[in-house]
Amino acid sequence: MAVFYFRPPQRPDGESGYMSYIIDRRLNSKNKSAVNRQRFLRRYRNQIRKAVSDLVNERSITDIDKGGKISIPARDISEPVIHHGSGGRNTRVLPGNKQFAEGDRIERPQGDGSGEGGSKASNSGEGEDDFSFTISQQEFLDFMFDGLELPNLVKRQLSGVEEFKKVRAGYANEGSPGKINIVRSLRSANMRRIALTGGKRKQLAALEAQLEAMPEADRQGSVFEALMVEILRLRKAISATPWLDTFDLKYNLHIKHPIPRSKAVMFCLMDVSGSMDQATKDIAKRFFILLYLFLQRNYEKTEVVFIRHHTIAKEVDEDEFFHSRETGGTVVSSALKLMQSIIEARYSPGEWNIYGAQASDGDNWEDDSATCAEIMQNHLLPACQYYAYIEITPREHQSLWHTYEQVRQRFSDAFSLQHIVSAADIYPVFRELFHKKAS
Amino acid sequence: MTKPLFTSSEWTFDLIRDCDKALGDLAREFGLDTYPNQIELISSEQMMDAYAAVGMPIGYHHWSYGKQFLSTEYSYKRGQMGLAYEIVINSNPCIAYLMEENTMAMQALVIAHACYGHNSFFKGNYLFRTWTDADSIIDYLVFAKNYISKCEERYGIEQVEDTLDSCHALMNYGVDRYKRPYPISALEEEQRQAERAEYLQRQVNDLWRTIPKSDVSDERGQQRRFPAEPQENILYFLEKNAPLLEPWQREVIRIVRKIAQYFYPQRQTQVMNEGWACFWHYTLLNELYNRGQLTDGFMLEFLQSHTSVVTQLPYDHPYYSGINPYALGFNMMMDIRRICENPTAEDRDWFPEMAGKDWKEALQFAMRNFKDESFILQFLSPKVMRDLKLFSIVDDDTEDAIEVSAIHNESGFRRLRETLAGQYNLGNREPNIQVYSVDVRGDRSLTLHHTMHDRRPLGSSTDEVLKHLHRLWGFDVHLHSIDNGEIKQSYHCLKGQA
Repeated sequence: MAVFYFRPPQRPDGESGYMSYIIDRRLNSKNKSAVNRQRFLRRYRNQIRKAVSDLVNERSITDIDKGGKISIPARDISEPVIHHGSGGRNTRVLPGNKQFAEGDRIERPQGDGSGEGGSKASNSGEGEDDFSFTISQQEFLDFMFDGLELPNLVKRQLSGVEEFKKVRAGYANEGSPGKINIVRSLRSANMRRIALTGGKRKQLAALEAQLEAMPEADRQGSVFEALMVEILRLRKAISATPWLDTFDLKYNLHIKHPIPRSKAVMFCLMDVSGSMDQATKDIAKRFFILLYLFLQRNYEKTEVVFIRHHTIAKEVDEDEFFHSRETGGTVVSSALKLMQSIIEARYSPGEWNIYGAQASDGDNWEDDSATCAEIMQNHLLPACQYYAYIEITPREHQSLWHTYEQVRQRFSDAFSLQHIVSAADIYPVFRELFHKKAS
Repeated sequence: MTKPLFTSSEWTFDLIRDCDKALGDLAREFGLDTYPNQIELISSEQMMDAYAAVGMPIGYHHWSYGKQFLSTEYSYKRGQMGLAYEIVINSNPCIAYLMEENTMAMQALVIAHACYGHNSFFKGNYLFRTWTDADSIIDYLVFAKNYISKCEERYGIEQVEDTLDSCHALMNYGVDRYKRPYPISALEEEQRQAERAEYLQRQVNDLWRTIPKSDVSDERGQQRRFPAEPQENILYFLEKNAPLLEPWQREVIRIVRKIAQYFYPQRQTQVMNEGWACFWHYTLLNELYNRGQLTDGFMLEFLQSHTSVVTQLPYDHPYYSGINPYALGFNMMMDIRRICENPTAEDRDWFPEMAGKDWKEALQFAMRNFKDESFILQFLSPKVMRDLKLFSIVDDDTEDAIEVSAIHNESGFRRLRETLAGQYNLGNREPNIQVYSVDVRGDRSLTLHHTMHDRRPLGSSTDEVLKHLHRLWGFDVHLHSIDNGEIKQSYHCLKGQA
């Protein structure tokens, strides 16, 4: 804390009561209210969670994870005090009389005339019955995923040499020219020069002192000549010492550290056949985004693979996944096969936490469902941490759902299926899929 | 020609120091008596913190302050609300917070307003002198904060929060209006707290002793009522008599009660306090300007914010939100000076004792010896009523229309003044509720009486408050609204409802 005092000169009578202190408190902590704020958020976490879940359903997909304005009903958080209600005889003094004279009678305004100015309409579009405040993105996500967890979460340590971080490890005598450490190299050159020329400089100093002591008149003849030759020889020898030699060079040394890291890959599988309309795709997309955000919180690195399919499956980028249109029949197993081959090629289950999420309206080519069950049970589910299937349809379930129900019976830990009818179901269904299971 | 105190809009510590010195010297010249000042420069985030703690520099933790903070932060960040330029604490030394975002001109205004206006009011006004102890308030708040966090560690945050919630609901009924409290330091407070806890518990048990005593019935064979007299300080009554409370809960009630008592004078002197502070910042800064110590540019900036503070919007304005205490107070203070210096015939008629007197003395007298209600009753002049175009209305639910009962004319002045004064009487503003009796021998239920004023009923949150009362009392609670000896309405909170 920076404190700045000043004391006015003492008055002659010694009284010092007029002293003002000026203190700079700006460097003090500014989060004095943090505790109280947290207490408020905790006390009303149920209301806030509800507000957050409403927001999740309303928001557009791009800002689904932003923090922002939360409104909860003011009556839930009011602090009651005893006050007068309306009624009885109220006398009030008002300013700004323009036209009234004593004894005038005024029509009672519509509504509650005796309250403090009546009820006020708000111009910001929110009722006065709401208490609004902002929370940060982190808090928003905390509330959004409060009480959820990834099932079967395994933190896999990387073994082997796949991922490295370069760290400094001192200096080396060898290296590439790009890594020369100039300060160290020059320091070492300097040391070498001092060491190599030490004897010669001592001799030189002695000779120079001898020369100095020689009277001006004696500076001629063979003794003087010999002295001068010797001095010049020494000077030349000293200056001939290399200023920088190859073995002076020092290099920064970096070594590789393997980083243990848990990684997750999420496969998003979506049916884009003719029966999936834009609304259904939007619902699927919201679901995928929730899942993506959720995975990001749990893993340092999350990759997403988008696979869309009609009768044939294709790996696509995000934009194409959500936006391009296709028509045609539906063969779900094509997507599952593609997922299986991608896992084999790129995401070894030993390294990656693999999650699958599949969205469809339930249509499938009648004979294909058995194939799907086979791929699921024998190839995908053994490799996956968790696989969720959501069916977005207002209609009766078809063969795919029934087949999957049988799969679930065998893999109840790693597989679940949920039914979504409208956008409002997404978040509840999502919570249902990932709620903490009491173990 | 004197050199101006400052010419730039950026403040520095040196400028603030010089400015404070000039204002302080001038204030003493005008006879203002103040506590020493402690001026603290803070950032806007810290100002929001100070807001949330309802002006207490040190506060215990409670979710309601978090709620206050969130809503302040929300409105401030969306630009719906500016923060106050200053907050001033009634303590010795008097602490004033100045925001770093203020310009130098604003800092000068704020120093004049808070450090010399409010400060001298805190030191001089009889209510503050009687009810608050500026020397020990900071110590007490520290004690309260530590005590409550100790309780939280021991009994759990939720337990303590529940008790505090209930106390806050009854905070306005936790003040002594007539008894003079006696100030003690925080150290004594802590020493006594232990003794008190033990002693209290014994007393309470004594009240509920089941062995009959011979003097319980008087000659007519009627049971003596407990409490013998109705009690207006409900929290005090609970602290001393609630049968089931733990000692620490009694201490928490006491803390809330003490803080309510500390703020009680502020609630009763808003118009005077703000009026006084506005009057002095206006007077001091104008005087400095006349002496050439302030520039024209400063005066423009100062007058702009001064005017927006003391503006009274008319009742039919879309932003009208009641009578502005700054406007009313400032106009009345200015008018007292005018009456002293340039009295008219009307003033000589209405205020014969003030006309032509020394204005500084008249103002000091008014500041020291009144509260809002009596101040208005005594000093509201016809001129101010005319300037503000005041009129009064009667809204009676037995009539079809609202009646204009008085306007700012010769026949209306006195009634208008009385009505306005009544509006600032806390006794009229808050429902009058007192502890009436306890069924000591029976179900231990607590009965309170609400004495109605002008037939006004209680508001909608009464049942909620009774639940809190029930939590503290521990047994059934009844509340009767009584008008002319007749029960008009009853509220109950029975076991199992709370």
